Amino acid sequence: MKFDDIFYYPFLAGTIYLFAVIIGRFIRWFLGLSKIDKIRIRKGFFSVKTLQSIWESIREGLLHFKMYRVNKLLGYMHMSFALGWFLLIVVGHIETSCYYGTLNFPFQHSIFYRYFITEQTDFPGHVFFAYAMEFLLFYVLSGVLLAYFKRFKSKLFGMKKTTRMRYGDHIALTSLWLIFPTRFFCEICSAGIYANGSPIFNAIGAFAGQYLPLESLLKPLWAFYSIDLGIFFCAMPYTRYMHIFAEINYIFLKNWGIRLKKRVNTFTMAEVYSCSRCGVCIDACQLNLAGIKNSQSVYVLKNIRNKNLTDEVLFNCLLCGKCQEICPVGIDVNNLRITQRIETTLQYNSSYDYLETGIAKKSDVVYFAGCMTHLTPAIKKAMLKILDQSGENYWFMDETKAPCCGRPLMLAGQFDAAQKLIDNNQKLILDSGAKTLVVSCPICYKVFKEDYMMPDVEVRHHSEYILDLVKQGKLTLKQSDKKIVYHDPCELGRGSGIYEQPRELLSYSNNLVPINNEKEKAMCCGGSLANLKISMAERNILSEQVMNEFASYNPDYVVTSCPLCKKTFAKTDILPVKDIAEVVVENIENKN
Amino acid sequence: MKNIVVIGGGIAGVEVACMMAETGNRVTIIERDNKLGGKLNNWYCLFPDFKKSDEILNYIKNRISKFNIEVKLNSNVEKAERNGNTWLVHTENAICKADAVIIATGYQLFDATRKEELGYKIYDNVITQADMEQRFREGNFLTSYGKKPERIAIVHCVGSRDEKCHNMYCSKVCCVTGVKQAIEINKFLPDAQIFCFYMDLRMYDKFFEELYRTAQEQHNIQFIRGRVSEVSETPDQHLSIKTEDTLSGRPMKMKLDMVILLAGMETKKNTKEIADKFGVDREISGFLKSKDFHIGAGILTQKGVFAAGTCIAPMSIKETIENARSTAFQVNEYLKTL
Repeated sequence: MKFDDIFYYPFLAGTIYLFAVIIGRFIRWFLGLSKIDKIRIRKGFFSVKTLQSIWESIREGLLHFKMYRVNKLLGYMHMSFALGWFLLIVVGHIETSCYYGTLNFPFQHSIFYRYFITEQTDFPGHVFFAYAMEFLLFYVLSGVLLAYFKRFKSKLFGMKKTTRMRYGDHIALTSLWLIFPTRFFCEICSAGIYANGSPIFNAIGAFAGQYLPLESLLKPLWAFYSIDLGIFFCAMPYTRYMHIFAEINYIFLKNWGIRLKKRVNTFTMAEVYSCSRCGVCIDACQLNLAGIKNSQSVYVLKNIRNKNLTDEVLFNCLLCGKCQEICPVGIDVNNLRITQRIETTLQYNSSYDYLETGIAKKSDVVYFAGCMTHLTPAIKKAMLKILDQSGENYWFMDETKAPCCGRPLMLAGQFDAAQKLIDNNQKLILDSGAKTLVVSCPICYKVFKEDYMMPDVEVRHHSEYILDLVKQGKLTLKQSDKKIVYHDPCELGRGSGIYEQPRELLSYSNNLVPINNEKEKAMCCGGSLANLKISMAERNILSEQVMNEFASYNPDYVVTSCPLCKKTFAKTDILPVKDIAEVVVENIENKN
Repeated sequence: MKNIVVIGGGIAGVEVACMMAETGNRVTIIERDNKLGGKLNNWYCLFPDFKKSDEILNYIKNRISKFNIEVKLNSNVEKAERNGNTWLVHTENAICKADAVIIATGYQLFDATRKEELGYKIYDNVITQADMEQRFREGNFLTSYGKKPERIAIVHCVGSRDEKCHNMYCSKVCCVTGVKQAIEINKFLPDAQIFCFYMDLRMYDKFFEELYRTAQEQHNIQFIRGRVSEVSETPDQHLSIKTEDTLSGRPMKMKLDMVILLAGMETKKNTKEIADKFGVDREISGFLKSKDFHIGAGILTQKGVFAAGTCIAPMSIKETIENARSTAFQVNEYLKTL
């Protein structure tokens, strides 16, 4: 057997193995989807969404736009690997087909071009190709260099932390790091012997030839290159590098409308494998401040994949959604975590059989304060004043008997119990004949919006509703000289996309100061009920940090639009905190 | 003759000042209010013997009149400098030289609006024990709706022993204050039903336990073990509270006419500033840090700076006076070393 005929076998075996595993997985994931999701794929396949997905794959899979925006060095590193390697393959194929003048050539000649094509070539553009391939190689190598630095000095990237690795990851990482330097030496070696590279490489090769026995290094180097590729490809499906293919798959599925719907299915795995463990979510996480360093999204994804997710990690999360906002792959991490939690709590069952049916009062507007608002009665009082003042025909639904909106049970996966509450509340709301439901709590808001079936009732958070009242002229606000900062509650902002309405409402009267971490970047108050593991002391660290940031703008007070945020901030005693409704009440112009 | 500056003219400040003057020092009191006596001025009577607080105020007045103590009212400490063993204490319009400084700035009542769920300053019939003392002084017991209250709740541990408002410590005197006020109310309004909601009752000092027993046996005060979670106003002008009776293990709702919150003791914001000016350490709780908790509570972590009274820890009037006297002794020991 001649060396030339077999040295590329490791590479070939690795490639075949890799694609067999990937295709196998993709098929398994597809089969595990619900019937509706399969219909969604069928419908989406021949739609514009597919084109969008192709563009998104190029943009995020190769160019890494989103990651570049979050962290330039990290974005460059990922781009140099992805785009550089991709172009090496593509340009390499074009170069080879130009050489042969046909597309029909042995494929290994394109991967190991400089090894096989040793004669002086003279096809059009051969010098260009030589330079282009070498440039691309250097481009990837620059990324390798950065990766090397990142691993040992993550601070250079402005990252406080980088992800921790397991044994298998080390094999893949080492082989990946070796691929391109090896390729570089292979090319130099070939160029030194055959002068088949660019003039620059030929010169370097000739120079190296004066000191090194290139002839005897040639075959071992190229063989090593092939083996290294083979090892990397075999390791790929079992390490984070699987994300290279999984991410593309995820982009398509996501754009075709596949989502996790309250229960875990194979789409979970499609998401989990898409994580490149870039570590961006680690730095975005506020829990770092409190010294909680093992429950960030990247670790949850990793633990799901390795089947070693513990409750300690799963439930130590505020579900504030900051990491989701910043995730370069756009993984729906909150939903992913919620569905995992639901799987662990399904066994519990609460009975709500004792619920009595109340009697609805006929009205145009139903006001639902929610349990958190009952614990912050100043908000409740302000809302009633606003409703009275604007002359609305309203019904305060949970004034004395306070049913739960059902959200906590929904989040705990107790769908049957939650449904009892939902049905009960829904009947009352529909019986009232109201066309608008006003809620003060963003946590309730989301469940009313998403899980209640009341197509004719418009659900409004009070910040939206009061703005409507002001716009309709039912409330007139006067100017105030108070300087304020606004805190976006997670559930209302990132959770429901309501950023502008509260700001518009506040701007009627007050001097609203923009702050650094606002809107999508807003911090969590630290009071989130989603975290079942955090201690009160750790919560206090988070709240105080956020309040101190507000204090640096010297506002007269902090305004928020969530009773839980208000309560959490108020206890720090750093600045006065008010709900948006209270601020409005202060500024109502009395109609004479 | 040594110069002493006492910051604060409440019970502790006046007592420590008199003790220092008695032992032959030149003493200046810096008081930010327009009169001496501090919070006691707003109090009606004291536990455990229902002594009128005016009697203690008179004691203070008589005592201070016997000494030549300079009292600077309406004055604040603006700056403090140390020059060797001498402190220079700057007020708005004077600089006082001192061989020793005694901080006796007292406490502030926990701001009950921080426990918003209890409805203080939202519902007019939710008041604090300090408001209640004022009412005893005025003889005003009517609700904001002008009615005689029939059912009254006293809520213990508001802002004390409460991780949720960052106060882990016990304010110590509220338990007995609650019992005292319950008895007083019963004397004024014999028909009213009075309920105390407590975690546990810390009747630590002489006569306290007896008072608690008297409250139950002779004044028909009902004690319910449970923290109040929520106060709201009902449409028919009553208050409604939610709690859990933890002895019977049942959640409960109760209709009331008036709720009295026993707000805990906190370090004053002003004490924190003064501590920073003198470079004195504070505990996590905010109170001033003693050099040795056992044998020198009045000695602080900065040389020549001492403390007396409730800026060190929550104390009753009796303990404050004792503490002030002990601090005076420690200051004199220190002055001997100069």
